[in-house]
Amino acid sequence: MNRSAPIDWGLRAYVGLTFAFVFAPIAASFVFSFNVDRFPSLPLGGFSLTWYQQVAADPLVWEGLRNTLIVGVTVAVLATALGFGAAYTDFRYKFFGKSLYLALALLPPTIPVVILGLAMLAFLSNIGLSGGVHSIVIAHVVMCAPFAMAIIRLRLSQMDPSLEAAAWNLGASQWVAMRHVILPFCRPAIFAALFITMAVSFDEFAVSWFVSGLNETLPVKVLGFLQGQVSPKINVIGTFVFLTSMTLVILAQVLLMKRSAGRASGQ
Amino acid sequence: MTTQPLVVFDRVAKRYGDHVAVEPMDLEIRKGEFLAIMGSSGCGKTTTLRMLAGLDTPSEGEIRLDGRRINDLPTWSRDTPMVWQSLALFPFLTVRENVEFSLRMRGVGKAERRQRADKWLERMQITEFAERNVAHLSGGQRQRVALARSLVTEPEILLLDEPLSALDAHLKVRMQAVLSNLQRELGITFVYVTHSQSEAFSMADRVVIMSRGRIEQVGAPQEIYRSPRNRFVAEFLGSSNVFGGRVAESAGGGILVETSSGAFAVPTGEGTRPRPGDEATFVVSDDRIQLSGSRPISGNALEATVVAEEFVGATAVVHLEGVGGHELRAQKSHDELAHLTLSPGAKVWMSWGPEAAHLLPGQ
Repeated sequence: MNRSAPIDWGLRAYVGLTFAFVFAPIAASFVFSFNVDRFPSLPLGGFSLTWYQQVAADPLVWEGLRNTLIVGVTVAVLATALGFGAAYTDFRYKFFGKSLYLALALLPPTIPVVILGLAMLAFLSNIGLSGGVHSIVIAHVVMCAPFAMAIIRLRLSQMDPSLEAAAWNLGASQWVAMRHVILPFCRPAIFAALFITMAVSFDEFAVSWFVSGLNETLPVKVLGFLQGQVSPKINVIGTFVFLTSMTLVILAQVLLMKRSAGRASGQ
Repeated sequence: MTTQPLVVFDRVAKRYGDHVAVEPMDLEIRKGEFLAIMGSSGCGKTTTLRMLAGLDTPSEGEIRLDGRRINDLPTWSRDTPMVWQSLALFPFLTVRENVEFSLRMRGVGKAERRQRADKWLERMQITEFAERNVAHLSGGQRQRVALARSLVTEPEILLLDEPLSALDAHLKVRMQAVLSNLQRELGITFVYVTHSQSEAFSMADRVVIMSRGRIEQVGAPQEIYRSPRNRFVAEFLGSSNVFGGRVAESAGGGILVETSSGAFAVPTGEGTRPRPGDEATFVVSDDRIQLSGSRPISGNALEATVVAEEFVGATAVVHLEGVGGHELRAQKSHDELAHLTLSPGAKVWMSWGPEAAHLLPGQ
């Protein structure tokens, strides 16, 4: 194809600038987490792991991390299970009001988080479930299940609809076919859903802030640090949270890509 | 062949809400026969097969397998394996695991499973692909995997739902031979659903022709071809000339039918003979038509206009048009046509011996 070199370079620069714009703050946070100075300023004062040591020695950070991990893992498992159920229902059954069912199932991510957080707080305190780790779990499952459903639903839509019936026809009861055909077929999507939902829960701030009470997750703790003083510890935590979330998202992406490659050669 | 049928459909019907997929039907499937169910899409052939497999439940009537009512037996408790149109091989399993699947579901031990699967892999000549993913096989190989997977439990009956429709013409003919031989060697019952006349008529011992949820005719291919039961079957087969009219008189071993193209003598069989004034439809197979440039001295004849000539291997089908756009056809060898002018628009005479006409018992 005939391409003009200046336009070509212009477009590349544009893409480069876009990435720079998106990643510069994160990169800055990363760089300053190793800076010996207390305040982020240029030129850099010198390389140091002081802030990492301080973070590692801070019991509040450990408590937040513990809460974040407990919430993240629990939410991933529950939301993926729920999402799988919802996606399978959509795949398998036709019923009256199905489009309403689908709209409701996919609704939560479209609600502004502040409103969702407030509503969750009001609801959970009404039924006596607010202010604990379980409150965050409940709220996050509501937020994450639609993501899991969307991922698994996409995978199921690529399945030959005869596959399940073929398993029944070959002697598998419905539960056995679920275990031997539907779950293996959905395996990559299920893992991707686990990682994505964990990442969403890991980063989530607003809703956690509303419902967590004293059991704050890491992102909520960060706000606490910011309100007290400006500490480079935030850079350290930010770097950690960013790396963890990115790892989870990349893992999910790899699983989803591997799956489509396998499919392309398959059919 | 025993007289006891393997499968009996006793007034079996299937409805989805207001839509009738299959009208109440009776059908007996014999032990060890190759039965083809043929019809265009939406005629109820696949629904019939799915009811037999246990994937659909009849709305009324009773299906009996070996004399036992199976209406409420779920498909996983029957041994009625099906070969799917899409083949429905499990993409996350190897060829061997696919073949072993139904044995595994039935709790057969590992060693026996392997041994029985090996036997079928060998029989279907796919042993060399045993450890491969099914995604990496050709169409014909996948077909063989699907057959092995369904036959590994050694069932009494195998259901096939248009399994060859995805293959190219050449492979289709090869697989037809594989299926015919397999059925003969195994001696089990095959029920084969297809919309393809050539597949049904070349493989099956008996053919069931369905249309709009009803069975139109059941019989051996030759029988259906020579004596279609009604106008639908005759037109569906497409190789006959169909004439409709009224009985003018009853004479000797036959009747004279008055049609818009003229009056023709039609022999009647043993059954009830239509009376003068009754409506009557008869067919003349296209390979029993004579063509000539001038009016034959005797016999049934009519003049028609040539529309087109179609070459089908060693023979040619001449498409003609009679009175009022009546579609007609004649199948002849090239030699027989050599002395005729068959350019579109040319007039020729069609004739046939009285024994070539077949009176349809139904409308």
